[in-house]
Amino acid sequence: MFVPCERGGGSASSDFKGFTLLVPAVSVGNVGQLAIDLVISTLNMTKVGYFYTDCLVPMVGNNPYATAEENSVELSINAEVYSLPSKKLVVLQIRSPFIKNKYRPFCQTLLSWVKSSKCARVVLLSSSHAYQRNDEQLLGTPLRYLLTPDLEKAVGGLMQELKWKEMEKVAAYPGINDSEKVLHIPGGGITKLLFTESCSKGIQMAVLLKFCSEGDNIPDAFALVNYLNEWLQIIKSEVNTSSQWKIPSSWRLLFGNGLPPALF
Amino acid sequence: MATFFGEVVVAPSRAGVDDEESAEEAREETLEDRAIRRELEKKREIDVLWTLKSGASAESCAEEPLVCSEFIVAIGHNAAAFLSSFILDSVCWEVVGAVKLWNEWCRTSNTTNVLPTDSFCLFYRLISDPAVLLCQCSCYVAEDQQFQWLEKVFGCMRKEGLQVTILSTCPVADYKTQESTLTLPSPFLKALKTKEYKEQVCCPLLEQPNIVRDLPAA
Repeated sequence: MFVPCERGGGSASSDFKGFTLLVPAVSVGNVGQLAIDLVISTLNMTKVGYFYTDCLVPMVGNNPYATAEENSVELSINAEVYSLPSKKLVVLQIRSPFIKNKYRPFCQTLLSWVKSSKCARVVLLSSSHAYQRNDEQLLGTPLRYLLTPDLEKAVGGLMQELKWKEMEKVAAYPGINDSEKVLHIPGGGITKLLFTESCSKGIQMAVLLKFCSEGDNIPDAFALVNYLNEWLQIIKSEVNTSSQWKIPSSWRLLFGNGLPPALF
Repeated sequence: MATFFGEVVVAPSRAGVDDEESAEEAREETLEDRAIRRELEKKREIDVLWTLKSGASAESCAEEPLVCSEFIVAIGHNAAAFLSSFILDSVCWEVVGAVKLWNEWCRTSNTTNVLPTDSFCLFYRLISDPAVLLCQCSCYVAEDQQFQWLEKVFGCMRKEGLQVTILSTCPVADYKTQESTLTLPSPFLKALKTKEYKEQVCCPLLEQPNIVRDLPAA
């Protein structure tokens, strides 16, 4: 499924042994994908390949991270991989929704690619419907994390120090039987499936998610990417962290065109 | 979703998985379910039929891939009509293949003598230069069939030295620009091209944040 780019790097550019892989879930508000856009754009990451898959709706456009005329003409498709070897970071960006009944095969292929490329750990950026929060979740931070047992051993302590909140399990049959608890991530897309599969396959995965609603999700993306930065320290965090993330040129006109002068 | 000015912008379904869909899949699939699912999948399969030199029809071209240097694909009613009006005629072009498919939106017609209002997907070859192929695809190819279409059609062709040109149309309302769409020049043409395409493109390139989706993108 992974097709490397023919660049000077060759096979070296697709050696991700020991790297941290960032993956977005196509979820409510597309927050994970927006956050990944910020990471790729700020760090000026290089495209190293793409996924040739029949699981996502096809799309194509010119370079979404273009900064000038010269670099604006590279084609970009629905699932591409970028890397920054100096930070041992590799990122998958997903740009279109799943085709019906294809999300399971995609998860399987993604996880087997994770294993074969020997990534050290995976961080899944996601979101969940804010309106489905219970009373306790309405208060305090809207950001949550989850760790697979293998990653818990490695970084569980760090999460305690950062005072992060773990995603709560909810009753399987609310009102009837409150003792049986399950993980429920409404609006999270493939988040729950990827997480449970990673647990059973022994993959080190962390899920970072934000409760949000559909609308202007740019502030949610900033919140999520700053949350990620608290842990991974991708960029130097100063007082005003929002201004340090570079918004890509493709975020223009998210909410419609300019006003027609004939209107006035 | 209403924008700050009040115009309504379509925000397509964002969460990748419907909760009901995942619950359905989590249930154990009975033999009957599996049979039904297989039948539905078979119904949505695409068949690419080629008429070879000998006049006999063939479905697979495993032995003899088509040699093609120029492949022009017109997707959608407008692009197909453009080819019908300006390029195709019965003297210089011959029908060499067709795609048969069914989905909720359309079923391709069985005849090659099609009307402009029919849904069809036909392949033509230039009689004077058989390496030039043309495809008129006025039927809607559903999301789950696009990859199949791509693999089955291109699977029959030799890829070395092949140049592909895709003609398609999109509604002007979908075009994102700082100015008003009322002032855009007509005809309004934009292009996307791969690194390998070395020839001159006759119109400006499509700038972000505009994208192309569905079969032309595939």
